[in-house]
Amino acid sequence: MTPHLLEADSLSKTYPLPGGGSHQAAADVTFTVPPGGALGIVGESGSGKTTVARMLVGLVRPDHGTIAVAGRAREPRPPRGRAARLARAREIQMVFQDPYVSLDPRLTATQCLRTALRLHDRGEAEAAELLDRVGLGPREADARPRDLSGGQRQRLAIARALAVDPRILVLDEAVAALDVSIQAQILQLLAEIRAETGVALVFVSHDLAVVRHVTDEVLVMRRGKVVERGATARVLASPDDPYTRLLLASVPTEGWDPTDTARTPLPPP
Amino acid sequence: MSENRPRSTPAPAAAPPAEALLEIVDLTLRLPGAARPVLDSVSLTVAPGEVVALVGESGSGKSTTAKAALGLFPAGAVASGSVRFDGTEVLGLTGERLRAHRADGVALVHQDPRAALNPVRRVGDFLVERGAGRAEAVELLASVGLPDPQRRVRQRPHEMSGGMLQRVVIAGALAARPRLLLADEATSALDVTTQADILALLRTLRAEHGLGLLFITHDLHLAAAYSDRVYVMYAGRVVESRTASALFTAPAHPYTRGLLTCSPTLGDTLTPLRPIPGRPPSLSDTFPGCPFVERCAEAEPTCETWSPRPVPLPDGGAAACAFVNAEPGLSPVFTAVGNRPAGRDRWAQTQADGADADEVNHA
Repeated sequence: MTPHLLEADSLSKTYPLPGGGSHQAAADVTFTVPPGGALGIVGESGSGKTTVARMLVGLVRPDHGTIAVAGRAREPRPPRGRAARLARAREIQMVFQDPYVSLDPRLTATQCLRTALRLHDRGEAEAAELLDRVGLGPREADARPRDLSGGQRQRLAIARALAVDPRILVLDEAVAALDVSIQAQILQLLAEIRAETGVALVFVSHDLAVVRHVTDEVLVMRRGKVVERGATARVLASPDDPYTRLLLASVPTEGWDPTDTARTPLPPP
Repeated sequence: MSENRPRSTPAPAAAPPAEALLEIVDLTLRLPGAARPVLDSVSLTVAPGEVVALVGESGSGKSTTAKAALGLFPAGAVASGSVRFDGTEVLGLTGERLRAHRADGVALVHQDPRAALNPVRRVGDFLVERGAGRAEAVELLASVGLPDPQRRVRQRPHEMSGGMLQRVVIAGALAARPRLLLADEATSALDVTTQADILALLRTLRAEHGLGLLFITHDLHLAAAYSDRVYVMYAGRVVESRTASALFTAPAHPYTRGLLTCSPTLGDTLTPLRPIPGRPPSLSDTFPGCPFVERCAEAEPTCETWSPRPVPLPDGGAAACAFVNAEPGLSPVFTAVGNRPAGRDRWAQTQADGADADEVNHA
């Protein structure tokens, strides 16, 4: 038995570019997440953090490298057979930045949850329970995505992911588009759900302060490579890598001067 | 608590300095079909060389306020009040004079540079269109820190990254030599390191050209770190106007305090986030009293009928809350509640007892 819930081993992905070149989006990314743990993946645009998240759920097929959940390898392509596919879905679920494009516009919140519950042979009555858990009331239960606010849509997206009762929840910039007061509500909700259900989180974000609040461990990525890893509190308080230091110095706080951080020389990756 | 007072210039935030570049007074903007005004008695000033931040959540009216400085209003809007730029009333301008105002004095930079640039025209053409000469276009691109400007002027937008394009848009904004730059979430979509570069650039330009900057953002920490003064907006109203340092150390309005305690920070000790309940109001929500009352932890029955107005604070700022400690002798609010226990009002407590300053320091 392995103590790790999620094991990602040397995940790599290279995309061809027009004109014959290629772009390595992820290079030998390796990490583990313990049961009920929370791992942050931070980096700027083009760092490969989203590619890693999409490889975890199976939206992007890695060139090489393996992913295992609870010691069982995830096949690169979806398995044949309903039972195997459902079991695979129950391993990892994903919440995207914009739930507006990931929710079916024709289904009300309740119908959306019932569909997911029915597919996984769970009682459809649980829909009300799930809505309650993510803080959606009876008015929102009968509303379609276009009638929900951004924060409510994200709550529904989280409820839909939970309807499958996953072991791991992958969140890709899931709070980035929300107003700060709503963002804080969703972060609090995630902390509650993690405590109640023991689901592990892989939290992909560009926002270091948010990652500080949500995760136990963190990977810092730059141009497809992991440049630093460790306990979130340690990495963000006393970073070893110059790039992590630059990222931290770029976050505005009291007494901050952007000229201090602008064009700090970095070693080539 | 003398350190909470404005440091060098005692010009109070509430009373506009005589030489204000942009002066908005009591601007109210109504839209047909909206249940409440989009903007409600908004007043703000920007002095030459000053960085003023406008903070609020979506729908608070911050972008609408900035666009008002250009005389740019939503279709069908009815505006009252006054928007003066360099002494000229903008609200009444029409035709050629309005076009001249928009072309010369004020420039607006949006969040998405790709929306501001024509994808089939070269970057150099974009700058020339805004009044720069060919040689000047190269100089402008160099001044905003783009490497190899000779080559860049011949490139098209798709050949550059978002950060580079935002520099191009800023160069375009500067081509007309404006005295006021409106930056509407201009760095929000950029990586943090790129954001730091662009903000450093804007600070240099302010020093070199005496450029006034109205800086619109949803990020309260960025606003407080980067600007001289901050206006916090909620439901179309300015709820607090303070110097940036006062906003960090002693926020007066419960909404400002709420924003600070629900924004994650990178501090050594992890303070739990305290979300503001509810959601930002929409245009269909109406308020007989204070618009924040439903989400406010400190609201009392009187708040539901109290019509918000800026209450001057001792340090020169103002907050539109019935329960802030007003400047002595100035518009006492609610004489009936004058004997409320001081401990109820954290801001008043801080003012009275400097030792408690840490308690409200959310920075």
